[in-house]
Amino acid sequence: MADMITYRAAVAEGIAREMRRDPAVVCLGEDIGAAEGVFKTTVGLLKEFGPERVWDTPISEQAIVGAAMGAAMTGLRPVAEIMFSDFLACCWDYLANEIPKVRYMTGGQVAVPLVVRTANGGGLGFGAQHSQAVENWALTVPGLKIAAPSTPADVIGLMAAAIRSDDPVVFFEHKGLMAGQGPLPPDGHVVELGRAAVVRDGADLTIVALASTVPTALAAADRLAARDVSAEVVDLRCLVPLDMAMVLRSVERTSHLLIVEENPYQGGWGGTVASIVADEGFELLDAPVRRLAAACVPLPFADVLEDQVIPTVDKVVQAALALADY
Amino acid sequence: MIGAEELLRLYERMALIRGTEKAAHDLFMAGLVKGTTHLAAGHEAVAVGASAALRDDDYVFATYRGHHHAMARGATAEECLAELMSKATGVCKAKGGSMHLTKASTGMLGSYAIVGAHLPMAAGAAWSAKLRGTGQIAVAFFGDGATNIGAFHEALNLAAVWSLPAVFVCENNFYMEYTPIGKVTAVPNPAADRASAYGLTGEVVDGNDVVAVAEAVGRAAARARDGAGPSLIEARTYRHYGHSRADPAKYRPAEEVERWLERDPLNLARARLEALGVPDAALREVDERVRADVDAAVAAAKAAPGPDPAEAFTDVWADGGAAWRT
Repeated sequence: MADMITYRAAVAEGIAREMRRDPAVVCLGEDIGAAEGVFKTTVGLLKEFGPERVWDTPISEQAIVGAAMGAAMTGLRPVAEIMFSDFLACCWDYLANEIPKVRYMTGGQVAVPLVVRTANGGGLGFGAQHSQAVENWALTVPGLKIAAPSTPADVIGLMAAAIRSDDPVVFFEHKGLMAGQGPLPPDGHVVELGRAAVVRDGADLTIVALASTVPTALAAADRLAARDVSAEVVDLRCLVPLDMAMVLRSVERTSHLLIVEENPYQGGWGGTVASIVADEGFELLDAPVRRLAAACVPLPFADVLEDQVIPTVDKVVQAALALADY
Repeated sequence: MIGAEELLRLYERMALIRGTEKAAHDLFMAGLVKGTTHLAAGHEAVAVGASAALRDDDYVFATYRGHHHAMARGATAEECLAELMSKATGVCKAKGGSMHLTKASTGMLGSYAIVGAHLPMAAGAAWSAKLRGTGQIAVAFFGDGATNIGAFHEALNLAAVWSLPAVFVCENNFYMEYTPIGKVTAVPNPAADRASAYGLTGEVVDGNDVVAVAEAVGRAAARARDGAGPSLIEARTYRHYGHSRADPAKYRPAEEVERWLERDPLNLARARLEALGVPDAALREVDERVRADVDAAVAAAKAAPGPDPAEAFTDVWADGGAAWRT
């Protein structure tokens, strides 16, 4: 049996593997060094690589991401941590105006090979300013690549691809998945950015999921199987590049599409997926595309309230049954 | 100490910038430059003086009022004017425009149009230089208005606590757009008076005296290269044109404008050259050459072709393209 690793340890492992192979990789962020990260996603990095490559910063999100940009433009491959993805709003200028545009607006003169990692999503009861799923924020900006792994192996494989990428990557680590375990992939494991994965084969409907909604969809698929509904689950793994070819191939097999997102329905990434399927896959469909996303309210604190807002296994099962019966 | 020969070269560079800015103004008024321009006529001594104190491989970051910095760091009048005129031969292939002049091959890493955004980038470039041990430094030029935005504070603090080889140069022209900086700032010297907050010594210099700027930046650059950390310099200067486009700058008192025009950086440099015994004929020769160079640049930019429309879809990603999905 393969060695197992948690999702949170996979983050540090993925970074460490790249730091071993490339001296240009450096890390910066709040409490990532001596404290080893508030989510313990940087455990061991300072010890192995030292203070020249692992830098604790002040609470200065603009300085963190802005400095990462300047360093990326001048020969390093910085991995910047923004502790909670909600805090991306504090440095949004860099992700909206600076990092994704500088290559383009200089006519290709400069590159920004950096990774901005951040803990994303709900499920831990952190309330409205520490629980949001904001991957859709990044999707609004042409010029950013976006990874959001659902398994420890994908954390390591996508981290390798993200750090090696000559393009900027926003890397969403899901808080609700941190404690989960999975097989430890071998050294050299790389998951190419923009390649979705069919993580469960099925015939009756396609469930497209990302990060936390992948295990939710897989759990729902188990329950659906007991009711003779065969669900195929596609893990997008990245929002940019967006692997629509795989989604369309799956819909060709199942003719039914359910999209499960943790970000809000308004402006959520599923709207982009649905519009492409409507444009290019309309003839493949036997039913309307259904989106199950977070309700359009701020994330509430209490578990019972949070469950009302974000997708749950029950909600996926109900939506899938209704779609299969269409 | 700057001798006559070098000062004459600096004078010529300033005169070329002045002539190019005047040409940009005239071309804008003639409808040949679209969008907007933020002319730096009057600020030449800051850019040229600082450049005289830098190594060729040092990094410079500037603002949307950045024509003078691009040219001080090696961009030609022709490629700058061509950029303003939306020509394929523009320094950014007509994808940046007036506010984003960049010449990465000579260390001019960009002009940024979100106020203050580039200060953290400069800190990051300095961090990169420090980690790579190259002895390079990074310089950020910014306006007085930028001293009231958060990125200024975050960048200065980070640069100071990390002891980065960075020089922050405020071009205080006394107006943030149309509002006197003194009306919106709690201290009389918007940059220098903040220095103590970062454990730095703020320095106010005559930004219209190219020699004074070169000496101040030279001292700061030496400190940075010696590992003594960043410096904050406030160079007092004045715009000869309005904030942007056709702004007549009527909000500035006539006697104030007159006082500053008497202290035109070109006049100050001429006086210094005369005092060093440079004959008037030598200055006239330079002025003639500059006039011819600007005329040739305008003619070449006018004659250049516009961009290939397909260029809109290049330079988003490192592979040169713009594909975001399969």
